Amino acid sequence: MVSGHLNAENLLESVTQELRVQMTHRDLNDPIMIGIRTGGVWLAERLHAALNLSSPLGVLDISFYRDDFSQSGLNPKVQPTQLPCPTEGRDLILVDDVIMSGRTIRAAMNELFDYGRPASILLVTLIDLQHRHLPIQPDVVGERLTLGEDQQIKLSGPFPLALEIRNRS
Amino acid sequence: MLPREYYDAIQLTPEGQLKHFLTIEGLPPQLLTEILDTADSFVDMNAQQVKKVPLLRGKTVANLFFEASTRTLSTFELAAKRLSADVLNLNISTSSTSKGETLKDTLMTLQAMHCDMFVVRHSASGAAHFIAQHVTPDVAVINAGDGRHAHPTQAMLDMLTIRQHKGDFKNLKVAIVGDILHSRVARSEIHALRILGANEIRVIAPATLLPKHIESLGVKVFTEMSRGLRDVDVVIMLRLQRERMQTALLPSESEFYSLYGLTENKLAYAKPDAIVMHPGPINRGVEIESRVADGPRSVILNQVTNGIAVRMAVMSMAMSGQLNTQSSSFTESSARTESL
Repeated sequence: MVSGHLNAENLLESVTQELRVQMTHRDLNDPIMIGIRTGGVWLAERLHAALNLSSPLGVLDISFYRDDFSQSGLNPKVQPTQLPCPTEGRDLILVDDVIMSGRTIRAAMNELFDYGRPASILLVTLIDLQHRHLPIQPDVVGERLTLGEDQQIKLSGPFPLALEIRNRS
Repeated sequence: MLPREYYDAIQLTPEGQLKHFLTIEGLPPQLLTEILDTADSFVDMNAQQVKKVPLLRGKTVANLFFEASTRTLSTFELAAKRLSADVLNLNISTSSTSKGETLKDTLMTLQAMHCDMFVVRHSASGAAHFIAQHVTPDVAVINAGDGRHAHPTQAMLDMLTIRQHKGDFKNLKVAIVGDILHSRVARSEIHALRILGANEIRVIAPATLLPKHIESLGVKVFTEMSRGLRDVDVVIMLRLQRERMQTALLPSESEFYSLYGLTENKLAYAKPDAIVMHPGPINRGVEIESRVADGPRSVILNQVTNGIAVRMAVMSMAMSGQLNTQSSSFTESSARTESL
Protein backbone atom coordinates (compact mmCIF):
# COMPACT_ATOMS: atom_id res chain seq x y z
CA MET A 1 0.00 0.00 0.00
CA VAL A 2 1.19 3.48 -0.81
CA SER A 3 -0.52 6.75 -0.28
CA GLY A 4 -0.26 10.43 -1.06
CA HIS A 5 1.61 12.02 -3.92
CA LEU A 6 4.74 11.03 -5.75
CA ASN A 7 6.82 13.80 -7.18
CA ALA A 8 6.45 13.24 -10.92
CA GLU A 9 8.93 15.95 -11.85
CA ASN A 10 11.63 14.33 -9.69
CA LEU A 11 10.86 10.93 -11.20
CA LEU A 12 11.12 12.41 -14.68
CA GLU A 13 14.51 13.83 -13.78
CA SER A 14 15.82 10.43 -12.67
CA VAL A 15 14.32 8.76 -15.76
CA THR A 16 16.09 11.33 -17.95
CA GLN A 17 19.44 10.57 -16.33
CA GLU A 18 18.97 6.82 -16.48
CA LEU A 19 17.89 7.02 -20.13
CA ARG A 20 20.98 9.08 -20.97
CA VAL A 21 23.15 6.34 -19.41
CA GLN A 22 21.29 3.63 -21.31
CA MET A 23 21.62 5.49 -24.61
CA THR A 24 25.38 5.78 -24.17
CA HIS A 25 25.62 2.17 -23.04
CA ARG A 26 23.65 0.96 -26.08
CA ASP A 27 25.31 3.37 -28.44
CA LEU A 28 22.04 4.96 -29.59
CA ASN A 29 23.12 8.00 -31.59
CA ASP A 30 19.96 9.09 -33.33
CA PRO A 31 16.97 7.25 -31.86
CA ILE A 32 13.31 8.07 -32.63
CA MET A 33 11.32 8.76 -29.49
CA ILE A 34 7.66 7.68 -29.56
CA GLY A 35 5.10 8.48 -26.86
CA ILE A 36 1.91 6.48 -26.27
CA ARG A 37 -1.16 8.67 -26.02
CA THR A 38 -1.91 10.43 -23.67
CA GLY A 39 0.38 10.33 -20.63
CA GLY A 40 3.26 8.79 -22.56
CA VAL A 41 3.21 11.69 -25.02
CA TRP A 42 3.53 14.25 -22.22
CA LEU A 43 6.58 12.39 -20.87
CA ALA A 44 8.06 11.86 -24.33
CA GLU A 45 7.79 15.58 -25.13
CA ARG A 46 9.76 16.42 -21.98
CA LEU A 47 12.34 13.69 -22.51
CA HIS A 48 12.75 14.62 -26.18
CA ALA A 49 13.53 18.21 -25.22
CA ALA A 50 15.79 17.30 -22.28
CA LEU A 51 17.87 14.88 -24.36
CA ASN A 52 17.93 17.23 -27.34
CA LEU A 53 17.07 14.45 -29.82
CA SER A 54 17.31 15.40 -33.48
CA SER A 55 14.66 13.06 -34.99
CA PRO A 56 11.13 14.41 -34.52
CA LEU A 57 8.86 12.96 -31.84
CA GLY A 58 6.34 10.25 -32.80
CA VAL A 59 2.89 9.75 -31.27
CA LEU A 60 1.16 6.39 -31.04
CA ASP A 61 -2.55 5.78 -30.44
CA ILE A 62 -3.00 2.09 -29.77
CA SER A 63 -6.81 2.09 -29.50
CA PHE A 64 -7.26 0.15 -32.72
CA TYR A 65 -4.74 -2.47 -31.55
CA ARG A 66 -6.28 -3.20 -28.16
CA ASP A 67 -6.99 -6.83 -27.34
CA ASP A 68 -10.10 -6.08 -25.29
CA PHE A 69 -12.18 -3.98 -27.66
CA SER A 70 -14.96 -6.54 -27.47
CA GLN A 71 -15.28 -5.97 -23.73
CA SER A 72 -14.82 -2.26 -23.51
CA GLY A 73 -15.96 -1.15 -26.96
CA LEU A 74 -14.09 1.28 -29.12
CA ASN A 75 -13.09 4.68 -27.93
CA PRO A 76 -14.88 6.74 -30.57
CA LYS A 77 -12.34 9.57 -30.44
CA VAL A 78 -9.19 7.81 -31.52
CA GLN A 79 -6.58 10.27 -32.70
CA PRO A 80 -4.24 9.27 -35.48
CA THR A 81 -0.84 7.76 -34.93
CA GLN A 82 1.85 10.12 -36.17
CA LEU A 83 5.24 8.75 -37.02
CA PRO A 84 7.01 11.67 -38.69
CA CYS A 85 9.88 9.64 -40.15
CA PRO A 86 10.32 6.03 -41.33
CA THR A 87 11.04 3.63 -38.47
CA GLU A 88 12.48 0.87 -40.66
CA GLY A 89 15.93 -0.06 -39.36
CA ARG A 90 15.92 2.68 -36.69
CA ASP A 91 16.41 2.53 -32.92
CA LEU A 92 13.18 3.45 -31.15
CA ILE A 93 12.56 4.69 -27.62
CA LEU A 94 8.98 3.90 -26.58
CA VAL A 95 7.60 5.98 -23.72
CA ASP A 96 4.52 5.39 -21.53
CA ASP A 97 3.47 6.71 -18.14
CA VAL A 98 2.53 3.45 -16.41
CA ILE A 99 3.14 -0.23 -17.12
CA MET A 100 1.18 -2.97 -15.43
CA SER A 101 -0.17 -5.92 -17.42
CA GLY A 102 2.10 -5.11 -20.38
CA ARG A 103 -0.82 -5.29 -22.82
CA THR A 104 -0.53 -1.64 -23.88
CA ILE A 105 3.11 -2.19 -24.82
CA ARG A 106 2.18 -5.40 -26.69
CA ALA A 107 -0.37 -3.41 -28.70
CA ALA A 108 2.12 -0.57 -29.28
CA MET A 109 4.80 -2.95 -30.57
CA ASN A 110 2.31 -4.64 -32.90
CA GLU A 111 1.38 -1.26 -34.32
CA LEU A 112 5.03 -0.20 -34.66
CA PHE A 113 5.85 -3.37 -36.59
CA ASP A 114 3.07 -2.54 -39.06
CA TYR A 115 5.15 0.50 -40.00
CA GLY A 116 8.38 -1.42 -40.56
CA ARG A 117 11.06 -3.42 -38.79
CA PRO A 118 12.90 -1.27 -36.26
CA ALA A 119 16.52 -2.10 -35.34
CA SER A 120 15.63 -2.01 -31.64
CA ILE A 121 13.03 -0.77 -29.16
CA LEU A 122 13.90 0.53 -25.71
CA LEU A 123 11.01 0.93 -23.24
CA VAL A 124 10.75 3.79 -20.75
CA THR A 125 7.98 4.11 -18.14
CA LEU A 126 7.60 6.49 -15.24
CA ILE A 127 5.83 3.97 -13.01
CA ASP A 128 5.91 0.17 -12.92
CA LEU A 129 2.95 -1.34 -11.07
CA GLN A 130 4.15 -4.91 -11.72
CA HIS A 131 1.35 -7.56 -12.02
CA ARG A 132 2.53 -8.37 -15.54
CA HIS A 133 0.37 -10.60 -17.79
CA LEU A 134 2.98 -10.71 -20.55
CA PRO A 135 6.76 -11.17 -20.67
CA ILE A 136 7.50 -7.47 -21.25
CA GLN A 137 9.83 -5.42 -19.01
CA PRO A 138 10.75 -1.74 -19.17
CA ASP A 139 14.42 -0.82 -19.65
CA VAL A 140 14.15 2.44 -17.74
CA VAL A 141 11.71 2.95 -14.82
CA GLY A 142 11.13 5.91 -12.51
CA GLU A 143 9.53 4.02 -9.62
CA ARG A 144 8.21 0.53 -8.88
CA LEU A 145 5.03 0.46 -6.81
CA THR A 146 2.62 -2.07 -5.42
CA LEU A 147 -0.87 -0.66 -5.15
CA GLY A 148 -3.66 -1.96 -2.96
CA GLU A 149 -6.62 -3.68 -4.60
CA ASP A 150 -8.77 -0.56 -4.38
CA GLN A 151 -6.11 1.94 -5.42
CA GLN A 152 -5.35 3.50 -8.77
CA ILE A 153 -2.76 5.94 -10.03
CA LYS A 154 -3.27 8.87 -12.36
CA LEU A 155 -0.84 11.10 -14.18
CA SER A 156 -1.95 14.62 -14.98
CA GLY A 157 -0.12 17.06 -17.23
CA PRO A 158 1.36 18.12 -19.49
CA PHE A 159 2.91 20.84 -17.33
CA PRO A 160 3.59 20.36 -14.52
CA LEU A 161 3.41 16.57 -14.40
CA ALA A 162 1.72 15.26 -11.27
CA LEU A 163 1.00 11.76 -10.01
CA GLU A 164 -1.87 11.03 -7.71
CA ILE A 165 -2.80 7.78 -6.00
CA ARG A 166 -6.51 7.50 -5.35
CA ASN A 167 -8.75 5.08 -3.59
CA ARG A 168 -11.47 3.81 -5.84
CA SER A 169 -14.85 4.91 -4.64
CA MET B 1 -44.38 -0.57 -40.75
CA LEU B 2 -43.22 -2.27 -37.58
CA PRO B 3 -43.17 -0.40 -34.29
CA ARG B 4 -40.03 1.36 -33.15
CA GLU B 5 -39.40 -1.00 -30.20
CA TYR B 6 -39.02 -3.82 -32.67
CA TYR B 7 -36.02 -2.21 -34.31
CA ASP B 8 -34.45 -1.30 -30.99
CA ALA B 9 -34.78 -4.85 -29.71
CA ILE B 10 -33.29 -6.42 -32.78
CA GLN B 11 -30.51 -3.91 -33.42
CA LEU B 12 -29.26 -3.14 -29.94
CA THR B 13 -27.90 -5.14 -27.01
CA PRO B 14 -29.63 -4.66 -23.63
CA GLU B 15 -26.83 -2.16 -22.83
CA GLY B 16 -27.70 -0.15 -25.94
CA GLN B 17 -24.69 -1.21 -28.02
CA LEU B 18 -25.14 -1.84 -31.71
CA LYS B 19 -25.24 -5.55 -32.64
CA HIS B 20 -26.92 -5.35 -36.07
CA PHE B 21 -27.24 -2.26 -38.25
CA LEU B 22 -30.50 -2.57 -40.17
CA THR B 23 -32.12 0.86 -40.10
CA ILE B 24 -31.56 4.33 -38.69
CA GLU B 25 -35.15 4.51 -37.49
CA GLY B 26 -35.51 4.30 -33.74
CA LEU B 27 -31.81 4.70 -32.92
CA PRO B 28 -30.91 7.23 -30.22
CA PRO B 29 -29.03 10.40 -31.27
CA GLN B 30 -26.04 9.47 -29.05
CA LEU B 31 -25.55 6.26 -30.98
CA LEU B 32 -25.57 8.08 -34.34
CA THR B 33 -23.05 10.56 -32.94
CA GLU B 34 -20.92 7.66 -31.68
CA ILE B 35 -20.94 6.15 -35.19
CA LEU B 36 -19.86 9.51 -36.67
CA ASP B 37 -17.11 10.01 -34.06
CA THR B 38 -15.78 6.49 -34.59
CA ALA B 39 -15.89 7.00 -38.36
CA ASP B 40 -13.90 10.23 -37.96
CA SER B 41 -11.10 8.23 -36.35
CA PHE B 42 -11.10 5.87 -39.31
CA VAL B 43 -11.03 8.81 -41.77
CA ASP B 44 -7.71 9.83 -40.21
CA MET B 45 -6.46 6.25 -40.27
CA ASN B 46 -7.41 5.79 -43.93
CA ALA B 47 -5.20 8.73 -44.85
CA GLN B 48 -2.17 7.11 -43.20
CA GLN B 49 0.68 5.16 -44.64
CA VAL B 50 -0.54 1.92 -42.98
CA LYS B 51 -4.25 1.52 -43.65
CA LYS B 52 -4.93 -1.58 -41.63
CA VAL B 53 -5.85 -2.27 -38.02
CA PRO B 54 -6.43 -5.63 -36.34
CA LEU B 55 -9.92 -5.01 -34.88
CA LEU B 56 -11.62 -7.79 -36.87
CA ARG B 57 -8.65 -10.12 -37.17
CA GLY B 58 -9.79 -13.74 -37.36
CA LYS B 59 -13.36 -12.75 -38.27
CA THR B 60 -15.03 -13.61 -41.55
CA VAL B 61 -17.30 -11.10 -43.26
CA ALA B 62 -19.60 -12.32 -46.04
CA ASN B 63 -20.93 -9.68 -48.41
CA LEU B 64 -24.25 -11.12 -49.58
CA PHE B 65 -25.26 -9.10 -52.59
CA PHE B 66 -28.57 -10.25 -54.01
CA GLU B 67 -28.63 -7.09 -56.12
CA ALA B 68 -25.91 -5.56 -58.26
CA SER B 69 -23.67 -2.93 -56.71
CA THR B 70 -20.19 -1.67 -57.37
CA ARG B 71 -19.36 1.12 -54.97
CA THR B 72 -21.24 -0.18 -51.96
CA LEU B 73 -19.75 -3.64 -52.36
CA SER B 74 -16.22 -2.39 -52.96
CA THR B 75 -16.29 0.04 -50.02
CA PHE B 76 -17.67 -2.66 -47.70
CA GLU B 77 -14.96 -5.01 -48.93
CA LEU B 78 -12.23 -2.46 -48.41
CA ALA B 79 -13.63 -1.54 -44.98
CA ALA B 80 -13.61 -5.17 -43.85
CA LYS B 81 -10.10 -5.72 -45.20
CA ARG B 82 -8.77 -2.62 -43.49
CA LEU B 83 -10.15 -4.04 -40.25
CA SER B 84 -8.17 -7.25 -41.00
CA ALA B 85 -11.23 -9.46 -41.55
CA ASP B 86 -11.36 -12.22 -44.13
CA VAL B 87 -13.87 -11.26 -46.79
CA LEU B 88 -16.13 -13.38 -48.93
CA ASN B 89 -18.03 -11.62 -51.73
CA LEU B 90 -21.09 -13.49 -52.89
CA ASN B 91 -22.99 -12.27 -55.86
CA ILE B 92 -26.06 -14.35 -55.13
CA SER B 93 -28.24 -12.92 -57.87
CA THR B 94 -26.25 -15.03 -60.27
CA SER B 95 -25.69 -18.18 -58.22
CA SER B 96 -27.77 -20.35 -55.90
CA THR B 97 -31.06 -18.49 -56.04
CA SER B 98 -31.15 -19.04 -59.77
CA LYS B 99 -30.88 -22.75 -58.96
CA GLY B 100 -33.95 -22.48 -56.74
CA GLU B 101 -32.38 -22.27 -53.28
CA THR B 102 -34.42 -20.24 -50.78
CA LEU B 103 -32.97 -17.31 -48.84
CA LYS B 104 -33.10 -19.30 -45.63
CA ASP B 105 -31.21 -22.25 -47.13
CA THR B 106 -28.56 -19.93 -48.57
CA LEU B 107 -28.23 -18.40 -45.13
CA MET B 108 -27.88 -21.72 -43.34
CA THR B 109 -25.22 -22.82 -45.82
CA LEU B 110 -23.23 -19.66 -45.13
CA GLN B 111 -23.67 -20.04 -41.40
CA ALA B 112 -22.22 -23.52 -41.63
CA MET B 113 -19.07 -21.84 -43.00
CA HIS B 114 -18.83 -19.95 -39.68
CA CYS B 115 -19.07 -16.43 -40.99
CA ASP B 116 -19.20 -13.76 -38.26
CA MET B 117 -20.91 -10.98 -40.18
CA PHE B 118 -23.30 -10.73 -43.09
CA VAL B 119 -23.47 -7.55 -45.13
CA VAL B 120 -26.74 -7.80 -47.03
CA ARG B 121 -28.01 -6.03 -50.13
CA HIS B 122 -31.38 -7.19 -51.42
CA SER B 123 -34.09 -5.85 -53.70
CA ALA B 124 -36.83 -6.79 -51.21
CA SER B 125 -37.60 -4.40 -48.35
CA GLY B 126 -37.05 -6.11 -45.00
CA ALA B 127 -34.56 -8.71 -46.27
CA ALA B 128 -31.84 -7.69 -43.80
CA HIS B 129 -34.35 -7.85 -40.91
CA PHE B 130 -35.41 -11.30 -42.02
CA ILE B 131 -31.80 -12.45 -42.06
CA ALA B 132 -31.06 -10.85 -38.67
CA GLN B 133 -34.00 -12.77 -37.20
CA HIS B 134 -32.87 -16.09 -38.61
CA VAL B 135 -29.10 -16.06 -38.10
CA THR B 136 -27.51 -17.60 -35.01
CA PRO B 137 -27.18 -15.04 -32.21
CA ASP B 138 -23.44 -14.48 -32.67
CA VAL B 139 -23.65 -13.26 -36.28
CA ALA B 140 -23.89 -9.51 -36.95
CA VAL B 141 -26.00 -8.32 -39.88
CA ILE B 142 -25.41 -5.02 -41.67
CA ASN B 143 -27.99 -3.70 -44.11
CA ALA B 144 -26.33 -2.53 -47.33
CA GLY B 145 -29.67 -1.54 -48.87
CA ASP B 146 -33.02 -3.36 -48.89
CA GLY B 147 -35.59 -2.55 -51.55
CA ARG B 148 -37.13 0.87 -51.02
CA HIS B 149 -36.78 0.60 -47.25
CA ALA B 150 -33.38 1.63 -45.94
CA HIS B 151 -29.71 2.16 -46.73
CA PRO B 152 -28.40 3.13 -43.32
CA THR B 153 -24.64 3.17 -44.03
CA GLN B 154 -25.20 5.48 -47.02
CA ALA B 155 -27.22 7.82 -44.80
CA MET B 156 -24.50 7.81 -42.13
CA LEU B 157 -21.71 8.54 -44.62
CA ASP B 158 -23.81 11.45 -45.86
CA MET B 159 -24.25 12.67 -42.27
CA LEU B 160 -20.48 12.42 -41.77
CA THR B 161 -19.89 14.44 -44.95
CA ILE B 162 -22.40 17.09 -43.84
CA ARG B 163 -20.87 17.29 -40.35
CA GLN B 164 -17.36 17.67 -41.79
CA HIS B 165 -18.47 20.63 -43.93
CA LYS B 166 -21.14 22.25 -41.79
CA GLY B 167 -20.43 21.25 -38.19
CA ASP B 168 -23.63 21.11 -36.18
CA PHE B 169 -26.94 19.92 -37.67
CA LYS B 170 -29.14 22.28 -35.64
CA ASN B 171 -29.23 25.23 -38.02
CA LEU B 172 -29.18 23.30 -41.27
CA LYS B 173 -31.72 23.31 -44.05
CA VAL B 174 -31.29 20.21 -46.20
CA ALA B 175 -33.01 19.50 -49.51
CA ILE B 176 -33.26 15.99 -50.97
CA VAL B 177 -34.02 16.16 -54.69
CA GLY B 178 -35.28 13.69 -57.27
CA ASP B 179 -36.59 10.15 -57.21
CA ILE B 180 -37.79 10.04 -53.59
CA LEU B 181 -40.33 7.31 -54.40
CA HIS B 182 -37.78 4.59 -55.12
CA SER B 183 -35.07 5.84 -52.81
CA ARG B 184 -34.09 3.90 -49.71
CA VAL B 185 -31.29 6.43 -49.35
CA ALA B 186 -33.81 9.27 -48.99
CA ARG B 187 -35.76 7.43 -46.28
CA SER B 188 -32.66 6.66 -44.23
CA GLU B 189 -31.38 10.21 -44.67
CA ILE B 190 -34.66 11.72 -43.50
CA HIS B 191 -34.57 9.58 -40.34
CA ALA B 192 -30.91 10.40 -39.67
CA LEU B 193 -31.39 14.14 -40.20
CA ARG B 194 -34.39 14.16 -37.89
CA ILE B 195 -32.64 12.22 -35.14
CA LEU B 196 -29.56 14.45 -35.39
CA GLY B 197 -31.79 17.52 -35.11
CA ALA B 198 -31.59 19.20 -38.54
CA ASN B 199 -33.56 22.44 -38.61
CA GLU B 200 -35.50 21.72 -41.79
CA ILE B 201 -35.68 18.76 -44.16
CA ARG B 202 -37.15 19.30 -47.61
CA VAL B 203 -37.90 16.93 -50.44
CA ILE B 204 -38.16 18.24 -53.98
CA ALA B 205 -39.64 16.02 -56.70
CA PRO B 206 -42.42 15.71 -59.26
CA ALA B 207 -45.62 14.41 -57.67
CA THR B 208 -45.20 11.06 -59.47
CA LEU B 209 -41.88 10.44 -57.73
CA LEU B 210 -43.07 11.26 -54.21
CA PRO B 211 -44.32 8.47 -51.92
CA LYS B 212 -47.73 8.98 -50.36
CA HIS B 213 -47.76 10.53 -46.88
CA ILE B 214 -44.09 11.51 -47.07
CA GLU B 215 -44.99 14.56 -44.93
CA SER B 216 -45.59 12.23 -42.01
CA LEU B 217 -41.81 11.72 -41.79
CA GLY B 218 -41.50 15.39 -40.86
CA VAL B 219 -40.38 16.83 -44.19
CA LYS B 220 -41.57 19.81 -46.23
CA VAL B 221 -42.61 18.89 -49.75
CA PHE B 222 -41.78 21.03 -52.78
CA THR B 223 -42.42 20.34 -56.44
CA GLU B 224 -40.42 23.32 -57.77
CA MET B 225 -36.66 23.66 -57.50
CA SER B 226 -36.75 27.47 -57.33
CA ARG B 227 -38.79 27.38 -54.12
CA GLY B 228 -37.39 24.20 -52.61
CA LEU B 229 -33.73 25.15 -52.94
CA ARG B 230 -34.11 28.62 -51.51
CA ASP B 231 -31.58 29.19 -48.70
CA VAL B 232 -30.67 25.55 -48.19
CA ASP B 233 -27.24 24.59 -46.79
CA VAL B 234 -27.09 21.11 -48.27
CA VAL B 235 -28.46 19.73 -51.57
CA ILE B 236 -28.65 15.95 -51.82
CA MET B 237 -29.37 14.76 -55.36
CA LEU B 238 -30.72 11.25 -55.91
CA ARG B 239 -30.22 8.95 -58.83
CA LEU B 240 -33.20 8.41 -61.12
CA GLN B 241 -33.89 4.71 -60.62
CA ARG B 242 -35.06 3.81 -64.09
CA GLU B 243 -34.64 0.09 -63.35
CA ARG B 244 -37.29 0.28 -60.63
CA MET B 245 -39.83 2.26 -62.64
CA GLN B 246 -42.46 -0.13 -63.87
CA THR B 247 -44.87 2.47 -65.18
CA ALA B 248 -44.42 5.74 -67.03
CA LEU B 249 -43.67 8.06 -64.11
CA LEU B 250 -41.74 10.53 -66.20
CA PRO B 251 -42.43 12.02 -69.63
CA SER B 252 -38.72 11.98 -70.53
CA GLU B 253 -35.28 12.30 -68.99
CA SER B 254 -34.71 15.60 -70.73
CA GLU B 255 -37.88 17.06 -69.28
CA PHE B 256 -36.87 15.81 -65.83
CA TYR B 257 -33.48 17.44 -66.29
CA SER B 258 -34.97 20.77 -67.32
CA LEU B 259 -37.22 20.83 -64.25
CA TYR B 260 -35.23 18.99 -61.56
CA GLY B 261 -31.67 18.61 -62.84
CA LEU B 262 -29.19 20.50 -60.68
CA THR B 263 -27.59 23.17 -62.85
CA GLU B 264 -25.52 26.13 -61.75
CA ASN B 265 -28.53 28.35 -62.37
CA LYS B 266 -30.73 26.35 -60.02
CA LEU B 267 -27.98 25.97 -57.44
CA ALA B 268 -27.90 29.76 -57.23
CA TYR B 269 -31.14 29.60 -55.19
CA ALA B 270 -29.31 27.79 -52.39
CA LYS B 271 -26.99 29.49 -49.92
CA PRO B 272 -23.67 30.58 -51.48
CA ASP B 273 -21.78 28.04 -49.36
CA ALA B 274 -24.23 25.19 -49.91
CA ILE B 275 -22.67 21.78 -50.59
CA VAL B 276 -23.87 19.36 -53.28
CA MET B 277 -24.07 15.63 -52.62
CA HIS B 278 -25.02 12.56 -54.63
CA PRO B 279 -24.91 8.90 -53.53
CA GLY B 280 -23.72 7.82 -56.99
CA PRO B 281 -23.56 6.56 -59.60
CA ILE B 282 -24.34 9.97 -61.10
CA ASN B 283 -26.20 10.41 -64.38
CA ARG B 284 -24.65 13.54 -65.86
CA GLY B 285 -27.20 15.57 -67.75
CA VAL B 286 -30.10 13.71 -66.10
CA GLU B 287 -29.91 14.65 -62.42
CA ILE B 288 -26.92 16.92 -62.37
CA GLU B 289 -24.93 19.18 -64.65
CA SER B 290 -21.25 18.25 -65.08
CA ARG B 291 -20.16 21.74 -64.03
CA VAL B 292 -21.96 21.23 -60.71
CA ALA B 293 -20.85 17.63 -60.19
CA ASP B 294 -17.21 18.57 -60.78
CA GLY B 295 -17.50 22.04 -59.28
CA PRO B 296 -16.08 23.45 -56.04
CA ARG B 297 -19.27 22.90 -54.06
CA SER B 298 -19.53 19.22 -54.95
CA VAL B 299 -18.50 16.84 -52.14
CA ILE B 300 -19.42 13.68 -54.06
CA LEU B 301 -15.93 12.16 -53.86
CA ASN B 302 -15.70 12.99 -50.13
CA GLN B 303 -18.80 10.86 -49.75
CA VAL B 304 -17.00 7.89 -51.29
CA THR B 305 -13.99 8.33 -49.00
CA ASN B 306 -16.26 8.68 -45.97
CA GLY B 307 -18.14 5.55 -47.02
CA ILE B 308 -15.16 3.37 -46.12
CA ALA B 309 -14.72 5.04 -42.72
CA VAL B 310 -18.42 4.80 -41.81
CA ARG B 311 -18.55 1.15 -42.82
CA MET B 312 -15.45 0.40 -40.75
CA ALA B 313 -17.09 2.13 -37.78
CA VAL B 314 -20.38 0.27 -38.08
CA MET B 315 -18.70 -3.09 -38.64
CA SER B 316 -16.37 -2.77 -35.67
CA MET B 317 -19.15 -1.47 -33.40
CA ALA B 318 -21.56 -4.25 -34.35
CA MET B 319 -18.88 -6.92 -33.92
CA SER B 320 -17.95 -5.46 -30.55
CA GLY B 321 -21.63 -5.55 -29.52
CA GLN B 322 -21.93 -9.17 -30.62
CA LEU B 323 -18.80 -10.27 -28.79
CA ASN B 324 -19.96 -8.40 -25.72
CA THR B 325 -23.29 -10.21 -25.73
CA GLN B 326 -21.49 -13.54 -25.90
CA SER B 327 -19.10 -12.74 -23.07
CA SER B 328 -21.43 -10.83 -20.77
CA SER B 329 -20.34 -13.13 -17.97
CA PHE B 330 -16.73 -12.06 -18.54
CA THR B 331 -15.28 -10.52 -15.41
CA GLU B 332 -13.06 -7.50 -15.79
CA SER B 333 -9.38 -8.24 -15.29
CA SER B 334 -7.66 -6.63 -12.36
CA ALA B 335 -6.12 -3.90 -14.52
CA ARG B 336 -6.25 -0.70 -12.56
CA THR B 337 -4.54 2.00 -14.50
CA GLU B 338 -3.65 0.65 -17.87
CA SER B 339 -6.36 0.95 -20.38
CA LEU B 340 -5.81 -2.63 -21.52
